[in-house]
Amino acid sequence: MLDTLLEGAIAFMLIAGGIFAFIGSLGLTHLKDFYMRLHGPSKTTTLGVGCTLIGSLIFFSQENGPVIQELLITVFAFITAPVSAHMLAKSALHHKLKPDPRTRGNPQELESDRPKHTVEEAPQGNSPLP
Amino acid sequence: MIATALWIALALFSAAIALNFYRAVIGPSLPDRVLAVDTMYMNSIALIVLFGIWVNNKDYFEAALLIAMLGFVSTIAVCKYLLRGDIIE
Repeated sequence: MLDTLLEGAIAFMLIAGGIFAFIGSLGLTHLKDFYMRLHGPSKTTTLGVGCTLIGSLIFFSQENGPVIQELLITVFAFITAPVSAHMLAKSALHHKLKPDPRTRGNPQELESDRPKHTVEEAPQGNSPLP
Repeated sequence: MIATALWIALALFSAAIALNFYRAVIGPSLPDRVLAVDTMYMNSIALIVLFGIWVNNKDYFEAALLIAMLGFVSTIAVCKYLLRGDIIE
């Protein structure tokens, strides 16, 4: 009875992990611009790999006691995925990649094409610009 | 039951790696390619773990841990290079 239950849990974890990772990669392929594409791998693929590793942990814990080393990769992946996503977003902003018109938000780094006035050239009088 | 689930998971992860490879080839910008390779190493960790379940051997976990650590460090290094034009200043 317990064996069947554990097998069901392992099979569920493996298939859930596969489906999550596949959806993440589908988002990486199909979304429109880089800022949308960043969402798929950084959230969904991490969850998929974590599910697969937990399934593997249950599988190897069946015979002789719990095997907690596999949890190490899960924790490592969950810690490092936001860091690498943050660095990738920073480098994309640095390269001024064009956002899709439907992408919301106006980060300052993408607005530097607008002309900036120095103190000497500042428009005088009652101009709407500061 | 586990064997069937293993085959389905292997097929899904292989398809995910193929999609990542497609994005890495056509990616219009450099951060796109870096993101695709980053996702590819995450998926390959899962593939190695699934292979370990298939042959019923615990030792493949260490290879997966090595890939995780080196992949993270290399992603951060390439991002530093894209940001600053240098890795260690």
